[in-house]
Amino acid sequence: MTALAALLKRDIQIALRVGGGALIGVLFFLIVVVLMPFSVGPDLALLTRLGPAILWLGALLASLLTLDRLFVADQDDGSLDLMTMSRTPLELACAAKALAHWLAAGLPLVIATPVLGLLLNLDPLSTAAVALTLLAGTPALTFTGMIGAALAVTLRRGGLLLAVLVLPLSIPVLIFGVAASQAAITGPSSFGAPFSILCALSLASFVIGPFAAAASLRQGLD
Amino acid sequence: MRLSGRGVRCVRGGREVFSELDFETVSGEALAVIGANGSGKTSLLRLIAGLLVLAGGSIGLEGGKAELTLPEQAHYLGHRDALKPALSVAENLGFWRDYLGGEALDPEPALAAVGLDHAADLPAAYLSAGQRRRLSIARLLALRRPIWLLDEPTNALDSAGQSLFAGLMRDQLARGGLIIAATHAPLGIAARELQIRSDTR
Repeated sequence: MTALAALLKRDIQIALRVGGGALIGVLFFLIVVVLMPFSVGPDLALLTRLGPAILWLGALLASLLTLDRLFVADQDDGSLDLMTMSRTPLELACAAKALAHWLAAGLPLVIATPVLGLLLNLDPLSTAAVALTLLAGTPALTFTGMIGAALAVTLRRGGLLLAVLVLPLSIPVLIFGVAASQAAITGPSSFGAPFSILCALSLASFVIGPFAAAASLRQGLD
Repeated sequence: MRLSGRGVRCVRGGREVFSELDFETVSGEALAVIGANGSGKTSLLRLIAGLLVLAGGSIGLEGGKAELTLPEQAHYLGHRDALKPALSVAENLGFWRDYLGGEALDPEPALAAVGLDHAADLPAAYLSAGQRRRLSIARLLALRRPIWLLDEPTNALDSAGQSLFAGLMRDQLARGGLIIAATHAPLGIAARELQIRSDTR
């Protein structure tokens, strides 16, 4: 347990310090969302209708931005070798790293959502609904993205490859995340059904992600 | 404690690096692995550390802790130093001590032993190559493990650092530890030599 707490603390510390990815993700999210009203035009009704989709796409791209370094950084400096040799199972180490990444890069996106909702002409209730779906859905993005990050280690120089591998995996999360937000804003379907599926996707990714990532890292021993 | 390999075969990238390699070393003994560049010195250490997959033969440890695997009882000091530039010297060392667990000691004496106690709060990004190496060596001291796998351990160390490290290796052997080091330069301690000849067919 000390080992995992130490890993969690270290990854969060690195992310929050100079050169870490935590702030970059939020800034990227901000820029993507701010650009949207300029490209769509000043049609408030249209912005309201597109709002949840824009916020979700922005969050998806922003969380992907820093994910490619999740394991590659540890591979480059040899940390991954020592983690593989350790008695702490690699699966748990992967889970701790993904959790640290979500806390440092995913949670700030959820916190920034209410501010960005203003830019998209979303009323407070709709913004809260989108923030809630992001809170439930972004962990799934991190934990499935982790599989791609582990594959990028094996394949080397896989930064762009990560996007190609991970984005298709995130389609279900995107569908149900946006569906739940839309249901809360415009109706007529219920918020509960897509939101439950979104939570289920997150829970499934907690189980599958660490095992798939660890298996991929072990396969890449070379 | 006895660490031995029988008929060890190593294949990397589809090419055989070495085969039919036998070695054996016991507690209190240092084994210096020597050979030309590319002969497979690092590969042998990584095979022992479980970081490469054996293509043939076997590597075994007798007399260690039964509940732990060979890699879990070994320290691996590689070319890459496993240091995070954003963290301070003490944080880097403290993390590895906590993560690797086991018989953990206080990190400060370990830093003092390698002459880095004055730089404990300095981010690792500002360390020189020799200081980074000293910090990696401090990891071997902050956490007791019987087997040391060292890859060119004296690289980048100044002469004072080399004699300091020779003393630390002597202490490790005196504790009943076991050292396997891949090296070109003399280690500074008495060591049995293991020559790796690559098959240049």
